[in-house]
Amino acid sequence: MERVLVKKKSSFSKYGLGDKCFLIFGYTLLTAFVLAIILPMIYIVVASFMDPITLQNKGIVFDFSKWTLTAYERVMTNSQIWVGFKNAVIYSVVFSVVSVFITLLCAYPMSRDDFVGKKLFNTIFIITMFFGGGLIPTYLLISNIGLLDSMWAVILPGAFNVWNMIIARTYYKGIPSELREAADVDGANELVFFFRILLPVCTPLIAVLILWQFVGMWNSYFDAMIYLNSSSKQPLQLVLRSILIQNEPDPGMIADMQSTAQRAQLAELLKYATIIISSLPLIVMYPFFQKYFDSGIMVGSVKG
Amino acid sequence: MGKEMALTKSRGKSKLAQNITYIKQHWQLYIFFLGPALFLTILFRYVPMGGVLIAFQKYNPFKGILGSQWVGFKYFKQFLSSPDFLQYLANTLKLSIFGLLWGFPVPIILAFLLNRVGSSKLKQKIQLVLYMPNFISVIVLCGMVRILLSVTGPLNMMMGSSINYLTIPAAFRPIYIISGIWQGAGWASIMYTAALSNASQELKEAAQIDGANIFQQIKAVEWPAIKDMVVIQFILQAGNIMSIGFEKAYALQSDMNLSSSEIIATYVYKKGLLNGDYSYSTAVGLFNTVINVILLVLVNKVVEKMNDGQGL
Repeated sequence: MERVLVKKKSSFSKYGLGDKCFLIFGYTLLTAFVLAIILPMIYIVVASFMDPITLQNKGIVFDFSKWTLTAYERVMTNSQIWVGFKNAVIYSVVFSVVSVFITLLCAYPMSRDDFVGKKLFNTIFIITMFFGGGLIPTYLLISNIGLLDSMWAVILPGAFNVWNMIIARTYYKGIPSELREAADVDGANELVFFFRILLPVCTPLIAVLILWQFVGMWNSYFDAMIYLNSSSKQPLQLVLRSILIQNEPDPGMIADMQSTAQRAQLAELLKYATIIISSLPLIVMYPFFQKYFDSGIMVGSVKG
Repeated sequence: MGKEMALTKSRGKSKLAQNITYIKQHWQLYIFFLGPALFLTILFRYVPMGGVLIAFQKYNPFKGILGSQWVGFKYFKQFLSSPDFLQYLANTLKLSIFGLLWGFPVPIILAFLLNRVGSSKLKQKIQLVLYMPNFISVIVLCGMVRILLSVTGPLNMMMGSSINYLTIPAAFRPIYIISGIWQGAGWASIMYTAALSNASQELKEAAQIDGANIFQQIKAVEWPAIKDMVVIQFILQAGNIMSIGFEKAYALQSDMNLSSSEIIATYVYKKGLLNGDYSYSTAVGLFNTVINVILLVLVNKVVEKMNDGQGL
């Protein structure tokens, strides 16, 4: 232990005075930022176990007799939350699979130098990154083709992502052309080449795109808010919205409380538990994807 | 000259024939590979572009675009001459411009700081924390903000005050921008961090041997490694200042802070979908899009000048 300290000290002492000040200032700043991220989260976690009255009057108290799991019980036994979870999983899985598949398919011809019409199609796609019809015309279209209150209204309009297509195209281009020549592709077996040879060497790309699309869909609420009316089709974020933003939890969650004040306190407490339960899956899962972030980001940062 | 033209002409003819053969031979590329993406793009992107015509109509859903009455620029005039217009435009611009100016440097600074963390294990742990907020949804983020800033919340308890921050118009922008940095800065620093760690190790070592201090190393080795990326990111974000997202602004709105929190996107939603003023809100949205396109083009021009004639 002492040795390590000495070693660190000596590596630190190789810096000049200006550099030392610079480093100390830098590390302090970084620590401050890390704390600023962690502290609010810790607060929410701890507060979620507190008894509502104590929390409101005294704030966080480390008197464990005052701690309770009531909020979690109520949230976990509420059916709306679970319906929201189920829908969010369905929409996010279907969306990320459909979207990444279509994007990967489209990027393949767009990555080929000999593809006739590449410029035209490229222009068609790029224009949509700059200009669009906007909210109302899109809404009217969805309504006219009968997709209102259908999960496809949330999934299809954003399923093809031009930016991701450019990223995938750049990635394909970085794959050695020998691979292609070895496969000796002619017109007939493009599909075989794509599925058997190209996709298997694109795992990092696929992982990153799936992650982005999944998280994007999981966390969004606007499309679901405007297109889905039935409460049985609401994704998690809309259920959360009524609890966290509109202060209107499902009446069943707080109905047994006698006074309005008690109900309000409980509704407040439910927020903490709801935040934890709903955020946990992604927060727990994402470190497993961390190794793909850097490769994915490097792919994305290359000019298309 | 004439000979050249004749040559290109004959080449052009055979090129067309070549292209047709190519398409026939590679029809799979067009049908299976490009087809789905093209179909979705045309249906969900280009058809609504035609739909903006209702901005120039007194649109009646039962008569459709073909049957509705044309009114020219009536709705644009109505919006531009309304007292709300300047306020909503200013709210939109202030929110995104201040957000960009405050938020843009943070990920870059974070990346430089991370790059100075010697132990790679510690660095990875810090990164794990820094990226985490990115995986929290807008709704949960806004829910957390509401809890932390509520009248009985921890901030008020610490300050011994009882201020309801979400009802104060002046507090909306700081809340929006700070929570945005809290959530996004770590994630946005990934690409800079990756570029910095790929910066030539030899150059770094050479600089160290030459006795360059940290500041000089940053100037000579690290900054050049990310400069292009910084410029591109700035353009992309500056070009998007009019397309600031609906979701977060809407989730942080309260009836009391609307004078600073109502932006064009939320206004379009309320007017169009909640009030059913289809034509009027389409006009407002179109106005927004057109400014956005102009901005993108302008920003690109500026960069071309800065970047020796190389734009995006």
